[in-house]
Amino acid sequence: MKRNILTAAKVVRSKNSGPYELTLDILFKDRAHFDLFRRRNIVTKRRIAALYRRPVADILKIVYFEPSNALKVTMRRPIPSGHPGETDIYGAQQHAPLLRLTY
Amino acid sequence: MAAKKKEFRVLSATAILGYGFPEASFREGMKRRPDLIGVDAGSTDPGPYYLGAGKSFTNRAAVKRDLRFMLTAGVRGGIPVVIGTAGGSGARPHVDWCEEIIREIADEEKLSFKMGIIYADIPKTRVREHLAKGEIVGLTYVPPLTEEVLDESVNIVAQMGVEPIQKALADGCQVVLAGRCYDPAVFAALPIAQGFDPGLALHMGKILECAAIAATPGSGADCAFGTLREDSFVLESLNPARRFTKVSTAAHTLYEKTDPYHLPGPGGELDLTGCSFTELPGGKVEVRGSRHVDSERYCVKLEGVRRIGFRTIAVAGTRDPIMIREISGILAGVESQVKDILKAESVEGRIYFHVYGKDGVMGALEPERRVRGHELGIVIEAVGPTQEAADAVCSLTRSTLLHYGYPGRISTAGNLALPFSPSDARMGEVFEFSVYHLMPLAHPEDFPTRMVTVQGGKEPK
Repeated sequence: MKRNILTAAKVVRSKNSGPYELTLDILFKDRAHFDLFRRRNIVTKRRIAALYRRPVADILKIVYFEPSNALKVTMRRPIPSGHPGETDIYGAQQHAPLLRLTY
Repeated sequence: MAAKKKEFRVLSATAILGYGFPEASFREGMKRRPDLIGVDAGSTDPGPYYLGAGKSFTNRAAVKRDLRFMLTAGVRGGIPVVIGTAGGSGARPHVDWCEEIIREIADEEKLSFKMGIIYADIPKTRVREHLAKGEIVGLTYVPPLTEEVLDESVNIVAQMGVEPIQKALADGCQVVLAGRCYDPAVFAALPIAQGFDPGLALHMGKILECAAIAATPGSGADCAFGTLREDSFVLESLNPARRFTKVSTAAHTLYEKTDPYHLPGPGGELDLTGCSFTELPGGKVEVRGSRHVDSERYCVKLEGVRRIGFRTIAVAGTRDPIMIREISGILAGVESQVKDILKAESVEGRIYFHVYGKDGVMGALEPERRVRGHELGIVIEAVGPTQEAADAVCSLTRSTLLHYGYPGRISTAGNLALPFSPSDARMGEVFEFSVYHLMPLAHPEDFPTRMVTVQGGKEPK
């Protein structure tokens, strides 16, 4: 049976990286989970694009950061921060779709 | 250059000037005899309004409270005080606002000192010259800058690096009040001038600019202390309730960044690929291996906004299950009906519905398409070319939605619960980011600086 991301991660968060990008962080509980996700390439641009209903081209990069056992995904904001139609100026509440990740 | 000191000690007062800090933490920091008291006062995070309107997103009384501690301790102790991105956005009105607060404190506390005020505003003529030469480059996802957008933009600022701050300090300024500034430069300017490694100094600054946010438990309203050495730096909390750990420090390096290994700034980038974090006894963390790599050409980041109109909003809710089920069709119908009337009346305006309980938080990114709650919150947002136009659009949208007939409607007395009278609130000017581009800078120290002698508590001559 597939497990939910929260069995592997202790922090799942989102935030602006400047007004034009949204960045998502997954901090794993330990090095073993970090290694597992990196080795099996569980988080891909295609998967993130599907979760957020965005084109794959809008997912800028996926970076593994060893010092924090973390995975970072940076994507294009649907609109720049504060443009008309904005829903979340700081981008701090855009993480929930990641909670649907299973592995 | 003077003989190199073995270490350089920095007290970072708080994450953003005006967010506050416990007095006990600040006193604890002063006991460690800092070589510098610094604070970052700004961010683009609160959105484009504050830069455009020339207003601070922080509260004046709170900024004054924080600065009072910093200035009295710094001036009386002969310790340089550096404030970066004054007033939150660092354009001239923000710097003026902060200068006025500093002068008030100087008067009240009878402090006299030399202050360097560094402006970060970039004249449009200068941007236009570089634009004509094809030297203005947009950051990722930022549309190319055009003459038209440049003309409409206001309060264009550049993020200065360490150089103008170093110059002001070398000229004997006790206090440096800087406009828009690369956050780490506040903390790194002086130690780099004294011969410390730029990579380590800037990385330490990168963490200290958020003060205790990088500790655990994190806080945006507490001090942090950094000690820079020849080949490492050490971070410590000044509050016994928190500590720096390997995890908290490294996690902070991720925060708000696109790529934690490569952090671009004025004139180069921080390369953290060889960086290590080691925990020391007493809740401290030692960081090694941070490198600064100069770019081929020194560039600064420009920030500017343009006004696109005025906003009026109304807050409402619905508890009707049929309306909730039909909400998408109802809002589309209301918008189309309102737009027809506006067109006939030649009133311009845009309408946005923020529907909480549906996709109010995530908008286009929301994957959940079902609406399952028993009530919905609806914020009607109207943007028009004038405040009066925005008022008219908001009012018409609210009244149309209140009495809109939809399939299966049973609550024929009104569709909305309105919590307030008056129901509509003017939100004022609306800005959007229009400039977020790199511009080359031949002389990085060359930001206009005004040196003033503040003589607190004395009658002007």
